[in-house]
Order: sequence, then C-alpha cells, then structure tokens
Amino acid sequence: MEMVSVRNLKKTYGDVTAVDGISFDIRRGEIFGLLGPNGAGKTSTINMIIGLSRPTGGDIAVNGIDVKKQTKKAQALMGIVPDESNLYNEMDGFDNLCFCAALYGMRKDEREPRARELLEQFRLTEAGKRPFKAYSKGMRRKLTIAAALIHSPKILFLDEPTTGIDVESSRQIRDMIVGLKHQGTTILLTTHYIEEAERICDRIAFLANGQIVASGTVPELMERVTHGHAIRFVTGENAERLAPELQTRFEGSEVMIGADHSLVMETENRQSLLPVMQFFHEKGIDVYEAKELHPSLEDAFVELTGIESSVMKEEKEKGGRR
Amino acid sequence: MRSWIAFWNILKKDVKNYYLKPPNISWGIIFPLSWTLMQLIRSPGGSILELLPGLISMSVLFGTTSMLAVTITFERSGRSFERLLLAPISLNTLVLAKISGTVLFGLFNAFVPVFFASFFVDLKGMVWGVAFFAVLMIAITSSLMGLLIAVSAEQVFEAQTFSNFFRFPMLFLCGLFVPIAKLPVFLRPVSYCLPLTYGADILKGMINATNTLSPVLSFAILLIFTVLLFLVCRSNINRKWIL
Repeated sequence: MEMVSVRNLKKTYGDVTAVDGISFDIRRGEIFGLLGPNGAGKTSTINMIIGLSRPTGGDIAVNGIDVKKQTKKAQALMGIVPDESNLYNEMDGFDNLCFCAALYGMRKDEREPRARELLEQFRLTEAGKRPFKAYSKGMRRKLTIAAALIHSPKILFLDEPTTGIDVESSRQIRDMIVGLKHQGTTILLTTHYIEEAERICDRIAFLANGQIVASGTVPELMERVTHGHAIRFVTGENAERLAPELQTRFEGSEVMIGADHSLVMETENRQSLLPVMQFFHEKGIDVYEAKELHPSLEDAFVELTGIESSVMKEEKEKGGRR
Repeated sequence: MRSWIAFWNILKKDVKNYYLKPPNISWGIIFPLSWTLMQLIRSPGGSILELLPGLISMSVLFGTTSMLAVTITFERSGRSFERLLLAPISLNTLVLAKISGTVLFGLFNAFVPVFFASFFVDLKGMVWGVAFFAVLMIAITSSLMGLLIAVSAEQVFEAQTFSNFFRFPMLFLCGLFVPIAKLPVFLRPVSYCLPLTYGADILKGMINATNTLSPVLSFAILLIFTVLLFLVCRSNINRKWIL
C-alpha cells in the first residue's frame, strides 16, 4: 500500500484553478519532491493533503485513511513543516516542543525526554532555553522541523524547507531529511530549488500551472529529454572556423559553438572519440578537454514544463534574500 | 485522554502566554477599577450595590471579547493557530480550550469590582453561588462572541474594531443603564436577543433584587445562547479557516 495516494485532486479559488486534477502516489520510505515555481500549486496541494484546505474535487488517502472523511485520524500520522515557521515566539524552544507534543496527546513523561532528544539531535540544546523569537532563521526552521517530528510521524510534509536560510543550515536540513528517510520516514518535499530536489528526492513531480507535467526518478526524467549524444571539445583553435569542417567530416552530426567558444558535437548514436581526435591531430589542433554532455534535471524541467530555469533562479535569489 | 492533554496544554499555554502577562493583568484590574470610579464620580450619592451588576457585566464583556478576538487573530496572523488546526484534536476541544482561558480571565475581571465594593458595602446579602454562575455564563457567551469576531477578522485592529460594533450597543440595550421597559418599543425585542440582558438581569436579582425576569428562565436562555454560539463558532471555523 502507498503511504499517500492522490487522485484527480482539484482546487479552485473562484475563477482561479490552483490545482488542476493531479494524481500521484508516494511510496513508503521515499522522499517525493514536488518541484515547481511559485504559484504552481505546490502549497495548495500540500494543504489539501494535510487537511488545512478542502479539495474542490478528487480523493486523498494517507496510509489508507481517507483524508476528507477522517481528517483528524490522518493528521495524527503527519508531521508538518510549513513554508514559514509557526511556533510560538513567546515560548522557549523546549516549551514549544513540549506544547506540540501535548497536541498529539503525549504525556509529560513522554514529551519532555523526546523534546530533549530532538533539541540534541538538531544541535539546539543550548538554544532550547531561549525564546523562539530570539532564534536565527536557520534555527527557527530547525526547531519547526523538530516540532513536526515530536510525535514520530509516519509521513513528514516539508514545504520549502530550505528557502531563505543560510547555506550551512540548508545543508544540515538536507542531511537530516536524508537521515529521516533512512530511518523509514516517508517525506513529501516541495521546493523550487532544482538542485535540492535532484540531490535528495527519490522521485520528483514537476508541477506547473496546477498540473503535473512529468514525474519519475531523476534518471527517468532526464531520459525523457535525452534525444542524442553530445560531446564538448575545448581546443586551441578558432571554434567558428573548425565547426563547418568537423560537421562535413562526420556526416549526420551537428556541430555547434558553445557559450565558452567550445565545440559541441551532437550525434544520434554514440560517437567514438578516436576518429574525432584523429581529425584534430591531422589538422594539428591541440585538444585540451573532451567531455560527454548529459542533460541536467534543469534541462529536463525547462523542456518538460516550458518554464525557463531563470524563473526558478530568480525565485531562489528572492528566497535567499528573505 | 489525548484530547484532555491537548485541552489542558492549550489552556495552560494561553494563560501563561497571554492572560498572565503584566499588560493584561493591569488591564484586568485597571479597566474594572476605572469603570467603578467613573460611576461613583458621576453619581456620588448612588448606591454601589446598584452599580455593581453593571460594573461586573461591563468588566466581563470587555475583558473576554477583547482578549479572545485579539489573541486568536494574533495567533492566526503569526500562523501558530494553524498548528492547532492541524493537531489531531476535534474542533470542539479546540474551541473549548481557547474560550476556557478567556472565561477564567473574565471571572478575574468580574470580581475586581466586587473586591473593591466589599470595602464600601456589606455584600453578605448577595447570593454568591448564583452570581458566580451568572458571571460564568456572561463570560462564556461573551468569549464565544469574541471568537465569532476572530473568525471574521484578519488583523488585530480589525478584531478590536469589530468588537466595538456590538459591545457598545449591547451595553446600552441590555437594561443596565436604561431599563428595557423605558427603551423605545422597536428596540425592546433587540434587547431580548442579547445574552448580556439575561446575565445582567440575574446579577441585578442576586445583588439588589431588581431583576425583571425569572433567574431560572434567564439561565435557560443563556444556556441556549451558549449552545447556539458554540455551534456557530465551530461551523464558522470549519468554513472559514479550513478553506
């Protein structure tokens, strides 16, 4: 049985369709990423799954529980980290964790040791005595994740967990997410950081305009945009002059000039390097680098969604400034 | 058991985070005290016992409606209220926990004028048990009205503005300052649609025997108001906060 099953999920706000009939499954123990720009429908989707928003249509099941009918039962299995930290500013870290544990019915003798354990795990033991309002952004995010884990949930929802925080905290959070996966926790992660999704997600769904345009593992997604083979050559000669000659010599190939004035040779079938190197040798041209090019997840995202990667980068920069 | 743990901890958190903060404690003392002094200065020869039902009612009404509307709106704007909505506890438990802290604050507010009055008049004739329950019912209904405001407001200032829209008319229509019988005919039915009318009438009966309605009837009507307001609040939270 899947941990999360979403079928034909829809959400409209008046005339605006935020989520347009999406379906996907999240397997037990995997990290599933929803990747898309702001406004793609990531948060709307997560809010419907966690029961904070009512779907206009479709079905959601978490661990076999119908979220629409048994919301509270399903929520008991979930740990939720929203895109903005939502703990209590006036309370210290330890009290915040204990309060969150109490909301899940944990007794005092259960919640206090668990809160201490999590503070230690997140390296917040000292900070645990300080009010939440005195925390840095990275610390706030870490404590919010700790609060979501207080009742040892079966599934963790992370909405943009590393947006707007420092590099070191982002790295720690990514390591922690991978650690939780190894401990058997299922994770749904939304992000607009392509490299983050590529690095930690087992499977990814590209979300654009409320629709899933592609989903699969990283290699599966990249496979969909791999149409041929490409090799990049960095030579000591003028690339513009060499390109037509190279193309004539190797029929069926297409030779282009790279942004760094390198030569990029694309062929339908994999090209052996030896004849190409012989060509350069005959011409007395030095070759400093030859590298087979593979499409990146970013290439796959751009091609499959039609959204320029610059849009995601701008959002990343905005996130970094927040 | 699980619900009880959540209920108790929400109540404890609210009392610690909001109601026991110095500004709110001082509000809880200064506000009723100011009303008391204002009334005494306005009518120096007036009997404190005549003023007491009005002072108690006003203190409870203003204390409870302000506090709940403001604290919930504050928690919503900081998104910490989402944490409560996402917890595996029923909306009934959540609503009860949120109003319980305010009700306690209202009870504290109510007994400030009683405390000061006790220095000037003999309160032995007061029926304490019934008065306590009357104050409790006023506090519960006012808290639920505060919750209704919180559901409609997005910002703290909106909550404060909205609450004044019904608090002041209610104060002048509930028979505390002007007997209902002396109100214009078209306003009298409105008076009987306000929970404060019944709570204030019980207090008037218990403090100086000037009630116009049977206390049993007033309690019954207050109970109906409580149930209705609770159901409306729950339904509004469900409708407006779980979008």
